[in-house]
Amino acid sequence: MPIKSYLAHPHSGRKESLAKALNTLSNCEVIPAENENLLIVVTETDNQEQEDKLKQTIESLEDLKLMAMVSGFDVPKDK
Amino acid sequence: MYVSLINRRSFVKKMAIMSAMTAAASMFPGILFAGEQEKNLPKGNLDWKKAPCRFCGVGCGVLVGIDNGKAVAVKGDPNSPVNKGLCCVKGYHSVMALYGKDRLTKPLVKKNGRYVETSMKEALDLVASKMQETIKDYGKDAVSIYGSGQWTIPDGYVASKLFKGCIGTNNVEANARLCMASAVTGFLTSFGIDEPMGCYEDIDHANVFVLWGNNMAEMHPVLFSRLLDQRLKRGVKIIDFATRTTRTSMAADKSIIFKPNTDLAVANAICYEIIENGWVNQSFVEKYCNFSKGLTNMGYGLEDNYQFNDKPEAISFKDFKTFLKDYTPEKVEKISGVSAKDIKYMASHYGNPNTKVMSLWCMGPNQHTRGTWMNNLIYNIHLLTGKISTPGNSPFSLTGQPSACGTVREVGTLTHKLPHGVVTNEEDRKHAAEIWNVPVENISPKPTYHTVEMFRALDRGDIRFMWIQVTNPMVTMPKLKRYRDATKKEGRFIVVSDVYPTPTTDIADVILPSAMWIEREGMYGNSERRTQYFEKMVEPLGEAVSDTWQLIEVARRLGYERQFYYKEETHIEEIYNEYSKHHEGKKHGMAPLEVLKSQPGAQWPYVEGKSTQWRFNAEYDPACSNGEKFHFYGKPDGKAVIWQRPYEPAPEEPDNDYPFWLCTGRVVEHWHTGSMTRRIPVLHKAMPNGYVELNPGQAKEMQIKTGDKVRVSSRRGEIVLPASVNERGVPERNQVFVPFFDENMLINDVTLDAFCPISKQPDYKKCAVKIEKV
Repeated sequence: MPIKSYLAHPHSGRKESLAKALNTLSNCEVIPAENENLLIVVTETDNQEQEDKLKQTIESLEDLKLMAMVSGFDVPKDK
Repeated sequence: MYVSLINRRSFVKKMAIMSAMTAAASMFPGILFAGEQEKNLPKGNLDWKKAPCRFCGVGCGVLVGIDNGKAVAVKGDPNSPVNKGLCCVKGYHSVMALYGKDRLTKPLVKKNGRYVETSMKEALDLVASKMQETIKDYGKDAVSIYGSGQWTIPDGYVASKLFKGCIGTNNVEANARLCMASAVTGFLTSFGIDEPMGCYEDIDHANVFVLWGNNMAEMHPVLFSRLLDQRLKRGVKIIDFATRTTRTSMAADKSIIFKPNTDLAVANAICYEIIENGWVNQSFVEKYCNFSKGLTNMGYGLEDNYQFNDKPEAISFKDFKTFLKDYTPEKVEKISGVSAKDIKYMASHYGNPNTKVMSLWCMGPNQHTRGTWMNNLIYNIHLLTGKISTPGNSPFSLTGQPSACGTVREVGTLTHKLPHGVVTNEEDRKHAAEIWNVPVENISPKPTYHTVEMFRALDRGDIRFMWIQVTNPMVTMPKLKRYRDATKKEGRFIVVSDVYPTPTTDIADVILPSAMWIEREGMYGNSERRTQYFEKMVEPLGEAVSDTWQLIEVARRLGYERQFYYKEETHIEEIYNEYSKHHEGKKHGMAPLEVLKSQPGAQWPYVEGKSTQWRFNAEYDPACSNGEKFHFYGKPDGKAVIWQRPYEPAPEEPDNDYPFWLCTGRVVEHWHTGSMTRRIPVLHKAMPNGYVELNPGQAKEMQIKTGDKVRVSSRRGEIVLPASVNERGVPERNQVFVPFFDENMLINDVTLDAFCPISKQPDYKKCAVKIEKV
């Protein structure tokens, strides 16, 4: 069950619309920075395949300029 | 900020968020994620006060939220240049460690085998009278104090003043002997003066990071996040050089695995390559370096009363070059298991004149029976290439405790040390005696026992009284059973000052409840020579009193009122001002207390209102006085030393009876023996017990799965632990890893008490064990 965090850089002036678009995706949490053009995106999926698909979806969002992974963990399901 | 995390998965998610926040903070200093940070804070108007974090040696700045006299929240201090507003998972939960249900709040005295509550006054009277009695019956060297890198600067200072200056015994040691002593002797032998020349800002300048046996992702997560950030921002390279695959290896650009103890050979092979390829910075070496060799085949300190004194001998560059012929990459490949190609790859980064390299290490090279040599060898690489003391070119020895540097190394709470200099030097003794207001004859010129030998002396009966403060040796001593049994012998008297019951309080005759962290005023000193102040923010629980004040009270009872003149309300300020006198001057000047109160710490040498970031470099360091670009002023001739140090095997290697290497260490959730972090429910739930990590292929052959019970035994003892296969770390074949935080699974009953003959630091990373499925 992969859990990954990314730094997402929106195109200029598109932070809010990117956050809105990301918030509509399931398995995805968004934490926007208050004072910089940057968002933290945390994905939590059931398997790698689902993770890859979600990442592909995020990367296709028009408001996104660049996304870079910071950390990735693979943990078992909650006991 | 602490949040209620209910399971391991949500804990891991939080870690992922925090890693991202840390990386973001390094890219955008001052960046705020207010929504996330504020989400779980208690409602109301909190009073936020600054402090250094209570846990590791990184020294993150935190803001502690106080409400109605209780610490209720923590957040990273955005003004701290160390962590830029962020904390790791332990830091975010740190205030919860104050309020565990079983905090020690009353002094306890053992009577007829049972602990009886008493008043602090009576307990301190008893401690003082037992000390007097022991000194009268057995002499002053029969009393001792064993402290810690978690002592605040004032704690360690008054301990040293009482024992060394007043009583007149050098029986002062601290647990930093177990984690940092090789770093100290490495610095002293190579540079003549302790502690890193660089600082954390080197991370923002280096292009390549070589991590020598250092699982930074778990042990120094905030600093590691700064490395990851630099990779995102500038494309830097991270090379993990280790004996097992860890989270750090997984995050690195390249993971290189070596056989235990052969880092010595690989470091020499890197030097060989540097010379062979003409990558030596000739002018730097000629101007600023000498070459030396010392004794070899020194032994491993396994026998009582073991003595060793190195005999340095000057050699030439040509001699050094000849010595290195035994360390060609191809020869070392056979010893180390590291391919010649990978050795050349590492050497090429150090050798490239256009690349800035930062080497980082901690317990791997330090907890090593040739730990001093390993430190020397890493410095050799940086000295040969001239990659030192400039932004981004930095051999950087990290620490594990919040004040291992500030208290143990700078105050000098080790048997041979004084706050300034060493006991064997007459001038240093005079300097200390004058400030301490004691006759110089009081300070013995002879060091007594380093930590392992101190506990051996307790076993033999040479030491009869031991006062243990803020450390847990009954979990951390190697070959533990011998030393646990020693404390139970007739005629020994043990005093333990701590905040929670531990296996060490179990062996105490008197238990003194201590005021913890922000329940008292104090200072810590971190890995980058940064001294940080914290005020008393909340009242101590029950009758708890700071370790500083416990020592002052006992000193007065022993008749040293004149030396311990401090007023209760101002004693920390008075002690710090007195302590600063020991270090006056451009080489180690300490920042005034008002500066420490006004900002998140200052780095010594603090000269003319300014911290020194890069020592030995005339551009940054006012102590340089030779008129050259660099001045290694710790040595009389101003030159650093490149040491000829060979590869030698470990004292105990796997054989037919004990075919596995055992390596021990920490996990990200727990700090050291877990006496504080195991009282924090979320951390305890995330990592509730110890385990033994096995190589997945070998575990399969042995039909061992995660959770199966496994017996780990050595020639010293045995324990049974659950197996961990393919979970967090992945050991190589015939190697296992066990963390030491779990007092119910004491891995140190199995480890060996061999140590580096120069630093006297034990090696917790290598001994031979047998593995059996139970």
